[in-house]
Formats: sequence, C-alpha cells, structure tokens
Amino acid sequence: MRRSAPFVIVVLVALLAIGGGTYLYRVKRAANPQLKISKQTNAQTGESAHALGPADAPITLEEFGDFQCPPCGKLSEPINRLQKQYNLRVIYRQFPLPMHAHAREAAYAAEAAGRQGRFWQMHDLLFREQVVWSSSTDPRPLFSAYAGMLQLDLGRFKQDMDNPDVQRQVELDQKRGALIGVTTTPTIFLNNQAVPPDQLSPDKFPQAVEAAVNNAKPSS
Amino acid sequence: MKRDRNVESTTNRSRGEIIFYSAAALIALVGLTEATYLTVLFLNGETAVCGGSADCFKVLGSSYAKVGGIPVAGLGALAYFSVFTFAIFAAFDYRQARKFFSWAVITMFAVTLWLLFVQAFRLHAFCRYCLFSAALVFLLMGLVVARPPSIQRSSNS
Repeated sequence: MRRSAPFVIVVLVALLAIGGGTYLYRVKRAANPQLKISKQTNAQTGESAHALGPADAPITLEEFGDFQCPPCGKLSEPINRLQKQYNLRVIYRQFPLPMHAHAREAAYAAEAAGRQGRFWQMHDLLFREQVVWSSSTDPRPLFSAYAGMLQLDLGRFKQDMDNPDVQRQVELDQKRGALIGVTTTPTIFLNNQAVPPDQLSPDKFPQAVEAAVNNAKPSS
Repeated sequence: MKRDRNVESTTNRSRGEIIFYSAAALIALVGLTEATYLTVLFLNGETAVCGGSADCFKVLGSSYAKVGGIPVAGLGALAYFSVFTFAIFAAFDYRQARKFFSWAVITMFAVTLWLLFVQAFRLHAFCRYCLFSAALVFLLMGLVVARPPSIQRSSNS
C-alpha cells in the first residue's frame, strides 16, 4: 500500500488539475462568449457608421456610445444577444464624453481597427476590458495589445489611430449626435425612437426591444 | 525511480524528511492551482485583471508570456506539477526523487529570476499573479537551501 501511495497521490492531483482546469474553462467559456470574429461588418455605402445585421431588418438599433462609460459596457453584451435573437440592424456611433479621459482614444482605436475590418471585434474587446484600460494612465499600449490579439497590422493600426481622417470620423459621429439632441451615453434609438433612459439597464432593455419588435410586426 | 531500501524505519530523521517534502508538495500544489487558472484564462483569450490594474494585461499579454505559442503559465503548471510529484516521491523515500526535486526547484528559481527581470526592466509592469508565483518559488528555493543537514545528506547520498 505504502509503495503505491505516491503514485495514487500524483495521479489524483493530475486528474484534479486537469478536471478542475477543464471545468473552469467551460464555465468561463459559457460566461464570456467568443468575440464576434466571424461576424460580418455590414457598412452601408455612403454611410460611415458601423452597422451589423441586414439593412432591411424591421428594427434598427442605433447607439451613441462611449467606450469608457460603464452603462454602455453593461449593455454591450445584451445588445449582442438581442441582435442575434431578433436579427436587428445595429448601428454604433461614437460619442466619447469629455469627462472620460481615455474615451476619445478608445474611439480612435475602434475606428482604426475598423479600417482593417475589425471594428466590432475591437468594440467588444474594449467594452469587455473596459475596467482594465480605463484605469490605466496610458491605455495606448493596451490598445496595441488588443490590436495584436485581433491579429491586426500593428504598424497600420498605430498610424490610423493618429490619422486625422479617423479622428474626423469620431467628430462627425459626435456632431450628428449633438444635432439630434444626444447629450449622454448610452443613447439608443429603436427605429429612430429614443429609448427612455430608465429602460437602458441590462434587465429592462430587452423588454424595450421586444416591445419594438412586436410593434414592428405586420398586424394580420 | 529507485526506492531507498535502507529505510530508517520511523526515526526522527525520516519524519523530518516527510514534513519537509510534504511542505514543499503543498507549496507546489498552490502554485499548480494558480498556474492552471492562468492557463485557463489564456486559453479563453481572457485578461487577468488585478484589481483594476492594467499591469497584469501588460505582462500576461506580452510576447514574453508565450514560448513558441505555449503560455508560460502552462509551462509553470507543468513545472509545479513536476515539483509536486518529486516532493511526494521523496517523502515516500524515493531517493532519486530528492535530486530531481532540487534540480527542478533550482531551474524554476532561475526562470523566475529571468521573469522578474523582464517585468522590472523590459515591461515596466508587475503582474500580481506572477509575483505570487515568484514568492512560491522563492519559498521552495528557501526550503532547498535551508533544509536540515540530515535531509541534505540523504539527498546527496
């Protein structure tokens, strides 16, 4: 018995480590769905906004968001789920608030990723890692690391972040928001109807979308 | 591994060895748990968040965190598992395991020094998980260096 004891202990610990690791992997996998690597960016011709989903979807969800705004971050995953569930058309517009120190740079990072066809992947990553880069004094190395994770051309990404055209794009989105009365984030429109701020929580927002989907259904 | 046939029954010396190697196995087990956790994070493409600090990401997301595509945390898990295995076998009087144990700890210590150097002078960021692991390796190294002479003798013989 004593001779076999070390073998038993070692095998037991190996099984526990592998089993525990696999369990944790599965739990985390379920909690954090994969980034939308395979999702197609569906930019409309002549429209610079980033759009997902069919152009003729019955419901268009237009969000004015700030990557450093915590409520925007909390709504990000529910919006992803709702987009899939109802096949919504989702449009994201940049509205970095001045009170958020790194929001503008994050918007540039998303736009720069968009120039390499990875806007939505960077959008998801920035919201998912919001707590990390928001608290950093210099988030640029982190944005570059995210670009690396998304397999972007790093040199081009860095150049694009400083590109005046990219920065102008963010300003254009902001101007558009200001024109239609956007002052805070997230501001969300469902078929051009602003969603009341009290419904912009992860638990209430799906109901607002469901109601909009039901209203949009042709009455038989 | 050859088992030591000249077993000293249940003398004070063998009891000391059992305690010594059990303590080492316990430390290795803690390291194995942490390294497994970090490996899982890596495989999930997740960032380890250290209390809102970006340093963990800087370190664990850097090119130094991988060797030929394999996460250093995964290699760490293997190393801790090896140390655990050698410590357990050594506790059960497998003489060769004692040598393997010492060499494994010395190798881990050298790698840890390199990783600390990388964090301090190349990345200018310290990941708390890595520091915790470094503390465990320092503890193991401390055990190897400061182990009682009786255990050292039996390890060298």
